[in-house]
Amino acid sequence: MKKLISLFKQKRNLLSVYFTAGFPELNSTVPILKALEEGGADFVEIGMPYSDPLADGPVIQNSSSRALTNGMSLKVLFEQLKDIKQQVSIPLILMGYLNPVLKFGFNAFIERCKETGISGLIIPDLPYETYIEKYEPVFARNKISNIFLITPQTPKQRILNLDQASTSFLYMVSSAAVTGTRQGLSKRQIKYFKRINSMKLSTPRMVGFGISNHETFKEVCQYAHGAIVGSAFIKHLENYGHDQEAIINFVKNLKTGEQTDI
Amino acid sequence: MSENYFKKYPSKDGFYKEYGGAFLPPALEEEMNKITDAYYAISKSHNFISELRSIRKHYQGRPTPVYYCNRLSDKYGGRIYLKREDLNHSGAHKLNHCMGEALLAKYMGKKKLIAETGAGQHGVALATAAAYFGLECEIHMGEVDIAKEHPNVVRMEILGAKVVPVSKGLKTLKEAVDSAFEAYVQDPVTSIYCIGSVVGPHPFPMMVRDFQHVVGVEAREQFFDMTGEMPDNVVACVGGGSNAMGIFSGFMEDEDVDLYGVEPGGRSMNTGDHAATMMQGKPGLIHGFKCYLLQDDEGNPSPVYSVASGLDYPGVGPEHSMLKDIGRVNYDMVTDKEAIDAFFELSRLEGIIPALESAHAVAYAFKLAQKDPRRSVLVNLSGRGDKDIDFVVEQYGKDYGIG
Repeated sequence: MKKLISLFKQKRNLLSVYFTAGFPELNSTVPILKALEEGGADFVEIGMPYSDPLADGPVIQNSSSRALTNGMSLKVLFEQLKDIKQQVSIPLILMGYLNPVLKFGFNAFIERCKETGISGLIIPDLPYETYIEKYEPVFARNKISNIFLITPQTPKQRILNLDQASTSFLYMVSSAAVTGTRQGLSKRQIKYFKRINSMKLSTPRMVGFGISNHETFKEVCQYAHGAIVGSAFIKHLENYGHDQEAIINFVKNLKTGEQTDI
Repeated sequence: MSENYFKKYPSKDGFYKEYGGAFLPPALEEEMNKITDAYYAISKSHNFISELRSIRKHYQGRPTPVYYCNRLSDKYGGRIYLKREDLNHSGAHKLNHCMGEALLAKYMGKKKLIAETGAGQHGVALATAAAYFGLECEIHMGEVDIAKEHPNVVRMEILGAKVVPVSKGLKTLKEAVDSAFEAYVQDPVTSIYCIGSVVGPHPFPMMVRDFQHVVGVEAREQFFDMTGEMPDNVVACVGGGSNAMGIFSGFMEDEDVDLYGVEPGGRSMNTGDHAATMMQGKPGLIHGFKCYLLQDDEGNPSPVYSVASGLDYPGVGPEHSMLKDIGRVNYDMVTDKEAIDAFFELSRLEGIIPALESAHAVAYAFKLAQKDPRRSVLVNLSGRGDKDIDFVVEQYGKDYGIG
């Protein structure tokens, strides 16, 4: 968690990349992480595949079901990541749904995250109330940050509560729709970013859902601490596999806008 | 059972003891809160209740009768009664909650109803409600079910609904729910998700139960009028459990009335061959709520199967999950074979072709009647079987002298 907090203190225009563990190949996880770091990703979200997600668009859903078919599971993922601390130094976040975590055992899961060196968790279907009531102490004890999502519909008071309960950053979903690839920012999105900025929250924000190129990334960075790229990267993996060079170029291109032929 | 059962369950946050709740990504969470608020504000209003009661009487043809099965009772012993939800307009109990959900949607200013369907009964009922209120309707249905329940697909289309085929996974009910949620999240402002059973996040299990409560209230009064007593056993099939919650809720506080929920035992007890969630499942989360769940070691829902497309769901209503734990309802199961037998028995002895889902409850009623002929059995005959006839004749006709 410390690594993640200091990253937000030191840098702006952060780029975080999401990918689904076990996709396109079961053993893609570690090579992808290394390439993302080398390409310049500031931190990474590793998706824990689940068969019935309620907040993912078709691209990510498809990657999840392929990862499950490949044999990915929490046990396999932790096994793959057991030496990751020695191999990758950017902060790592796990993102996934609650039921597999409950099945693993919530406390056991958090402890395993700590051992592995995971900085934070995004569990979209873990309600804020349940987190406060049942899980906050175990997150705190293991120094794992729980990351909340906010949407254009989230009421003001709720945002203030989430701001209070946050320990690293808030994940701003940029549209009410599920994850997926969109082009450019709409007036409504910009209005939403400005409205959130005017609230003077103490927690930095990352914008996710809908960023697929350098122009949009740059534009989003004017309104937030950085941006999260998901579906666009999954599509890249679909087309080019986990080829290191191609991933490095993809990330560089997103961050700097420099085109490299792949 | 305490007398304020319905005030106590669900809790303010939608919990039935440990089950239920709303485990949702924020985009959906906000919308569910709005529906909950609207439900409390609108559905208890005088105008809403008057309009719904008028619809039930003049449009749906309620109350549906309770019928004493003379020949079946002679054959199996005991006294077997049916609550005839198959006579409810559109052929199943589903219209009870669909008219309620659609009326709520109208009051909320929604333009479009979205839902999943398994056997097509909920889809047909919702398409009916949409036509009645002049709303758009989009029904998500697994490709396997589309092939199996063809007559219902045609009915939905005739009623003006758009049927969206779902080709993911096993292409049945669970995938249809995933697909409908996905469509709903795209446009939660002008559309509303009208879930098809007492499942899903709060407030759906409560809302659907409340709209189905009429079945139990009527049945209790009718049975007493006919016999001067309460039934000894009440039986209903359970997939998600909407028809069962409807009839059980009428008898919840009559402690001498034994309640039986019948799950689909399918072909065998191997994973993927049944959908006996209560018998074989463990508590878990699916589609935003906690319930008994058939799941693998990793927490992914297991594949399920039943001859009845309306019963093959790996989860079950949260209230049923609680009623199992507190022992108020007994949950048991019936195999495909027993259900098909009951389908023909009821057809040939009483002239009533039941839905394959409801045939599970009928099959269980035979068992109860044979076990203790002194005790009466009231079955919720939740739907009629017209939708199933082609499938049944093709798959099982020979065994019953057809074709």
